Amino acid sequence: MTYTRPAFRHPELPSNALGYTRKDYEGAISTLCAGCGHDSISAAIVQACFELSIAPHKVAKLSGIGCSSKTPTYFLGNSHGFNSVHGRMPSVATGANLANRELIYIGVSGDGDTASIGMGQFTHAVRRNLNMMYVVENNGCYGLTKGQDSATADVGSASKKGEPNPFEPIDLASVALQLGATFVARSFSGDRAQLVPLVKAAISHRGFAFIDVISPCVTFNNNPASTKGYEHVRDHLAATGTVDYVPFKEEISTDYKQGESKEVTLHDGSVVHLHKADPQLDLSSRRSALRLIKDYKAKDQILTGLLFMDEDSRDLHEILGTSKTPLRDLVEADLCPGQNVLAKLNDSWR
Amino acid sequence: MKPTDIHDPEYFHKVVDCQYACPAHTPVPEYIRLIAAKRYTDAYLINWESNVFPGVLGRTCDRPCEPACRRGRVEEEPVAICRLKRVAADNKGDLTDRMPKIPTQKNGYKVALIGGGPASLTVARDLMPLGYSIDLYDDQRAAGGFMRSQIPAFRLPESVLNEEVNYILDMGVVCHHNHYVESLKGVLDKRYDAVFVGTGAPRGRDLDIPGRAEAAANVHIGIDWLSSVAFEHIDSIGKRVIVLGGGNTAMDCCRTARRLGGEDVKVVVRSPFAEMKASPWEKEDAQHEGIPILDNHVPKAFVVESGKLVAMQFEKVKAVYDGSGKRSLVPLSEPPVTIPCDDVLVAIGQENAFPWIERDIGIEFGKWDMPVVDATTFQSSNPRVFFGGDAAFGPENVITAVAHGHQAAVSIDLFCRGEAVSQRPPPGVTLVSQKMGIHEWSYDSQVESDKRYEVPQAALADTLSNRKMEVELGFDEQTAFDEAQRCLNCDAQTVFSEKLCIECDACIDICPTDCLTFAVNDGDEDSLRQRLKIPANNRDQDIYVSTDLKTGRAMVKDENVCLHCGLCAERCPTAAWDMQKFYYTVTKAGQSV
Repeated sequence: MTYTRPAFRHPELPSNALGYTRKDYEGAISTLCAGCGHDSISAAIVQACFELSIAPHKVAKLSGIGCSSKTPTYFLGNSHGFNSVHGRMPSVATGANLANRELIYIGVSGDGDTASIGMGQFTHAVRRNLNMMYVVENNGCYGLTKGQDSATADVGSASKKGEPNPFEPIDLASVALQLGATFVARSFSGDRAQLVPLVKAAISHRGFAFIDVISPCVTFNNNPASTKGYEHVRDHLAATGTVDYVPFKEEISTDYKQGESKEVTLHDGSVVHLHKADPQLDLSSRRSALRLIKDYKAKDQILTGLLFMDEDSRDLHEILGTSKTPLRDLVEADLCPGQNVLAKLNDSWR
Repeated sequence: MKPTDIHDPEYFHKVVDCQYACPAHTPVPEYIRLIAAKRYTDAYLINWESNVFPGVLGRTCDRPCEPACRRGRVEEEPVAICRLKRVAADNKGDLTDRMPKIPTQKNGYKVALIGGGPASLTVARDLMPLGYSIDLYDDQRAAGGFMRSQIPAFRLPESVLNEEVNYILDMGVVCHHNHYVESLKGVLDKRYDAVFVGTGAPRGRDLDIPGRAEAAANVHIGIDWLSSVAFEHIDSIGKRVIVLGGGNTAMDCCRTARRLGGEDVKVVVRSPFAEMKASPWEKEDAQHEGIPILDNHVPKAFVVESGKLVAMQFEKVKAVYDGSGKRSLVPLSEPPVTIPCDDVLVAIGQENAFPWIERDIGIEFGKWDMPVVDATTFQSSNPRVFFGGDAAFGPENVITAVAHGHQAAVSIDLFCRGEAVSQRPPPGVTLVSQKMGIHEWSYDSQVESDKRYEVPQAALADTLSNRKMEVELGFDEQTAFDEAQRCLNCDAQTVFSEKLCIECDACIDICPTDCLTFAVNDGDEDSLRQRLKIPANNRDQDIYVSTDLKTGRAMVKDENVCLHCGLCAERCPTAAWDMQKFYYTVTKAGQSV
């Protein structure tokens, strides 16, 4: 591990609308292995939050257990954080979100934390359309316990130990699509140009935004026989297209060709542009996304990019009609409105 | 843009900003690390090999290295390189066994050095160990040149100068002190194999304004006056003194005047304060001694009453700049300023003068009546005669004179051995990995955030009452260590191996100063510079461009504010980045490569 990071930064570091530089979004220095894909994802989150001019104190980071779940320490050091029990991050996120709907919730999990021990929790957070970004840092192995195959490892893929995996993998993007996630994407930690706009769109989306990020484990699963190593992923990568995230009020300056691009306007007025590489993709159709994932897999390719998005998504608060005010802001007068109100209520039922 | 050729020694040399800026290219980070390790003698010898006068320069150098220091680009102030050098000199041990051995069997070549300043002494330092027989001619009573006559003892104690001059003279140089050479032809007639002229720029400029002749008794040329003080011909001055000029000589004059009885000493300069030629720290030191600096005052006349200087008259001006930045001093319509005074020191520049060089001995003279000297070989148009120091191209400084001396010695050695002086030896270069373990380097890679430490000074009352008492006390060992730790070790180079890189982004994410970018290298340098993570706007600093990687992108590093912290190499899973110590030495006379 690297012990300290110098305090100096580039003197021409740009600042965002809040006057913050990227330094204000950094976390502690990473203790993960050198070259870990997870660090790259942390950097993408830092970049996205900086570009979105999000106030760090308006973010809550949530995670479970595992290499991936350690990473919230390594980004957004000025934000709230909760490192929960293994696989139980969705429950903690649900509770936090219901208590305070004004924060931005970033959940970080791994293939073990989500597809194995936390599978039951994950599925329910998806179907409730909890308003959060849920990132799975997917390396196909249990890196923290010496690299055993995880539930997302492909059949036949072999980690450093050399034994091919005999079990069918769980495709988390497909699961999320089937269970009703309203924003689903897949990406690769080594493709920063794709990942940053996806993170920005996911954070801006209202509802459950799921990104499955293939993130090579350099120590245990980055060998030629692995389907989740840098080399294999780069050689088998295909993208639905390139994504641009355009914040509300900013003029769209790029001239997009008709028929090749799809625009989705988010609840806050910002726009996600997808320049489609595959004309068959219909962003508003789960079936289209599920079919394409299968088709590409049959061609031995990994389909990345934005797969599905429902701009009319209603999140858990809307569905339940919860208090618009965060619970901590409800004062005694709100919670105990007094005898008169009670009397009126009773009268209304008489 | 073409990928960077790191096999060109000048590429990494330029990254070591301090060493590159130093005229003698002293390996600064190397000796700073040795100081931190308390290996003062080793640190001193690295300096001595390169700049010959570490004790002198550690007090008086113009320090071109410090404005160049990378530290000044990432925080406010550069490393106090100059004063760290002094720490090595102050704390070194016995050098007797480590000085070059002088052959008893001489090589048969005889060389004359005219002038005993830093350039000539450097030539002697380089040639004596090769077996040359050297005669040194100087018009003063001791060698050292301007280091002795111009730099006041309160900045440079005589003992320090004597020690370093004697390291060279003790090699067996035959000295002819108090010997003014009146004819170069006469020296050439003595059948020397080569003659080196290092006579400096000995003539101080005068100021021809009304009253100059009448006031002559109380108007002194700065450099002559300083020299007279140094050789103890003068030990007092009037109570009210005006020093004219804005260079370092003016600063030395005013501070010396303060110590010789001047109570009301003022520096008066034509240019604005910020544009004065004096080094900022010398201006500060003068002001600290209660000497006001009046800028934008142009001298108009010496006021003489009853045959005695009583004041000077000045016109107030302001600096005006035209479109191309050229300055003119425009008079303000204010009445002239009269400043009473008893003595005036004129320190407005100095010039070369060669009345003793005959014009018919094959030495061509060009512009401003200066000899025509080759800027690389220091040979004049008479192949036996070489020039260096201020005598070659006009007034510079000690470290430049030393650099000239080294190169002239190379030329003299080649010339005497009948080889072409144009065949310059390449620099000595090594590049060695510093990796000792997964997170361990053989240099202290951690970057300290400390601000620059100030050098303590002796009490003003004590120093002003004693002309020879050194003002600066130098760093103590602990402060020297702390200051040394501010050095960024820029000679620990980041070396990139394309074939190992898996483009995982680890180095790019960890780099504290955003120096690294994967970029498609399909345009010219300007376009590439603009497409980096933070645009590389400092054109003085190179960008390091790899060949194309697997994804078609290149690794591009902006050298500008790299902290050399080694994190890119530590976070690299495949060791595609490595920290390698680059050691660059200027090849000296007789050194085989």
